[in-house]
Parts: sequence; C-alpha cells; structure tokens
Amino acid sequence: MTLPYYVPPEQLMKDRAEFAQKGIAKGRSIIAVEYADGVLMLAENSSRALNKIGEIYDRMAFAGVGKYNEFEALRVAGIRHADLKGYSYGRSDVAAKSLANAYSQTLAAVFTESVKPYEIEILIVEVGDEAPGTSLFRVRYDGTLVDEEGFCAIGGQEDELTATMKERYEAGMDLRAAIRFAGEAFEAVEERQIGSDEWEAAVLDRTNGRRMFRRLDADEITAARS
Amino acid sequence: MSLDLPSGLPLNQPAPDASFFGLLRSHDLQPTWELGPADAQTLRAPEATTILALRYADGVVMVGDRRATEGHTIAHRRMQKVYPADGFSAVAIAGTAGLAMEMVKLFQTELEHYEKLEGARLSLEGKANHLARMVRQQLPMVFQGLVVVPLFCGYDEAESVGRLYTYDVVGGRYEEDDYSASGSGGREAKAYLRSVYRESLSEEEALIQGVAAIAAAAEQDTATGGPDLRREIYSTAVMVNRDGYSEVPEERVAELSRDLVGESE
Repeated sequence: MTLPYYVPPEQLMKDRAEFAQKGIAKGRSIIAVEYADGVLMLAENSSRALNKIGEIYDRMAFAGVGKYNEFEALRVAGIRHADLKGYSYGRSDVAAKSLANAYSQTLAAVFTESVKPYEIEILIVEVGDEAPGTSLFRVRYDGTLVDEEGFCAIGGQEDELTATMKERYEAGMDLRAAIRFAGEAFEAVEERQIGSDEWEAAVLDRTNGRRMFRRLDADEITAARS
Repeated sequence: MSLDLPSGLPLNQPAPDASFFGLLRSHDLQPTWELGPADAQTLRAPEATTILALRYADGVVMVGDRRATEGHTIAHRRMQKVYPADGFSAVAIAGTAGLAMEMVKLFQTELEHYEKLEGARLSLEGKANHLARMVRQQLPMVFQGLVVVPLFCGYDEAESVGRLYTYDVVGGRYEEDDYSASGSGGREAKAYLRSVYRESLSEEEALIQGVAAIAAAAEQDTATGGPDLRREIYSTAVMVNRDGYSEVPEERVAELSRDLVGESE
C-alpha cells in the first residue's frame, strides 16, 4: 500500500484559492447600485435564458458570477430556504443576513471539504422600507462574507469597477441615473461600447409592492442610457 | 406541525423539482392531521360560508361574504375568504376555515416558489390542476366531516381570456363558462345569478351583480353575512383581468352595498 503524499494545509488552501480565483476571473462582472427607491443590479450577459440575477423573496435578490451550474444550485437552495422560512413563520422573518450566513457556511464547507472549490462569487441584496435598511452582502468562493454599502461589484473585474464607481458614485440617484452610472462604469473598464441587448438588469424597488423584484428589458435600459 | 428549519443550505438532497409541497415533505414539514372518527364527532371548527365568481367580458369577478359560523353561532364576522393566488389569479374558500386558510397559504407559496425557480409562471391550467391535487389530498379529512371546497379563477395570458374553475370534495376540477357559487348560501347566490347573468356583462355590472348575489343569499341563509352597515362590514370583491389581479376598494363595495340596502327598503 502506498501512502498519499503529504501536502501542507497552507499549500492546499493556497492552491484551491488560486484555482477558484482563476475560474472567477474568467467570468463577466455584476454591479449592484443603490438608488433612491431601491437597488439596481446590472450584468453583462448576452444570454436571454441563463440568468445571473434572480428573485429570492419579497425584498431579496441574488446575483452570481462564475460557473453557472454552481451558482444556480445556490440560487435554488436560497429560494427553498427563504420560502420554507416564510411559510413556517411569517414573511417579514425572512432576512438577508441569515441567508447570507447560510451561504457563507455552505461555501466555506465546500471550499475546505470537497475535491474542487466552487468557482463563484455571489451577492445577496435586500431592500428595506427606507434607504438605511438596504444591505448588500457579498460571499466569496471560500465563504468570506462582506457587507458593502452603496454599490459593489463582483466577478472578474471587481477591483477596476469598484475603483471607477468610487470616483463617480453619489447617493440618492434615480433609477435612470443609476442605470447610466452602472453602464458607464462597465464601459469605462471594458473600454468599449456595450450593446443594449447585451445587458441583464433587474431592480428591487420599494414602489413595486410586496414583491419588489422586477427585470428590466432592453428598451428600458436603452431609454435610460440615451 | 413542527417548525424545525434546516440551518444550512442542503445542496445534495434529492431535488423535489419545483414543488414547494415536495420540499416541505422532504423536510417532514408538510401539514398533517391525525384524527380518529371519534375525535371528529366532537370537533367543532369554524366554517367559511358563501363565495361566488362570475365571468364577464374581459375577466372574472370573485366575491365572498365575511362570516364564519360554528354550528348555529357566528364565529367570526370579518373573515377573509377571497385571496390572491398570484399576480394573475384568485382563489376563494368555503368549508372548514382553518384548513382552507392553510390550503390557500400553501397554494400561494407553491405558485410563487415555482415562478421563482423556473423563471416563469405556471399556466392557468397548471395552477387549476395543482389546486385540484391539493383538494384531493384533503380527502381523508372529508370523511371526518372537514370539507374544503375552493373556487379558482384567473386570467389565461396565453389565450387572453378569464377562466373560472370549480372543485368537488374529491378534487374533481370543472371549468365553468358563466358563474358559480359555493358554501352554505351558494344555492341562493346561484339562483340570483341565474336570473341576471349575461355573457356580455361589463366589469362594473359584474361587480354589482356579484355583490348583490351575496346580499340575496344572506336574505335566505343565516350563515351568510350580508352587508353590515352598523359595523361597516362588507363583502370582499376582487377582479382578475388583462392587467392581473386587483382588489376592489372596500369603499366601493360599501357604496354598492348601501345602494342595495336602500333599494330593498
């Protein structure tokens, strides 16, 4: 019987992190921006069928970058978690903090225990009744949970996008301004024009009633950016 | 029913497709009742009474009274019997109130769950069939005398038409092309609607006749709550049409109810 090679844990973790980062860097980014009535999520996505942004619950949404099958599994698990909780207790008891924690636990477990870490990064957005109640939770491939404020970007070019947005962001924009702001950040970083049918966009908007999630179509984005 | 929740996000459980009930069952959280025939003899649960729905030119109007009874006494005066099922359909309940309300809640969650997972709403036919299955699952309770009979209506976005479905106690599903009513005052309400119904009713006329039919049923049936001007309790009325589900403001129903009472004096 041959003994397996000894690999020091530092090396093991480093290798896995590198592997995951490489996978994520290949994917296109997603931006979330807070505006006066809620939060806008904007992604560059030429596919109409495979979404990166999705509804989780009344005031909660999900966005994922990286390997589609991996973040799709997490999106589905999140909807199940939220619907079970809302059905068992009350609709107002479903909160992003507990879901973000659960995602963080799951991703951390996958990172350390499974053969291959997930090559994804996800964002959980929650809109409160008023602007201060809004949360943007970012969960990385290793389960690291970060709470962002105002705007954030995940995916391959998150650093460049964040730097660009930091320069230009101002609180209290309306939706049209937020679409322009996020679109310009993408184009500044990509250094090219992005066509109106290459966007995937959705909002969580306080004026939408109980279910705040709404997808934006190409016309709406074009109108806002023209 | 236990309230234990999974704390993490189980990724590897067998996926119960897009069904919320399947999910509940896989966590052993589905509503269950264990009741022997002897218990049922002594069990007295509030009953939800009269509901009705009628199709008009562009959609469906659904109206329900507000009374729940327990034997010969009034259990609740302000019960809600007509609910939104999702953005394009509505459900009304008659029968054992507690079970019926739970069924509505499960049905609403089920439709929303499917819509979020699949990224598209169930077809109207699909929703109606699912509700039939939920009624059928109540069958063991029916033998204990705990009956739930819903009415379901919605706007068929594919065919651009409002549709109305009725159910029997064993989960039989029937599509109606005019009107229907259920619950203790259902017979009287139907008799009233029979005399006034036309296919070409406008939305306004359909609403007026729906509210009037409940009032007519309350004249004969003690379990049906008519307009209560003193306590300001009026029927619940909702509409489903091209623009989706909408509730008729209580003010409007109150106004119609006052007109009715004024007429009969």
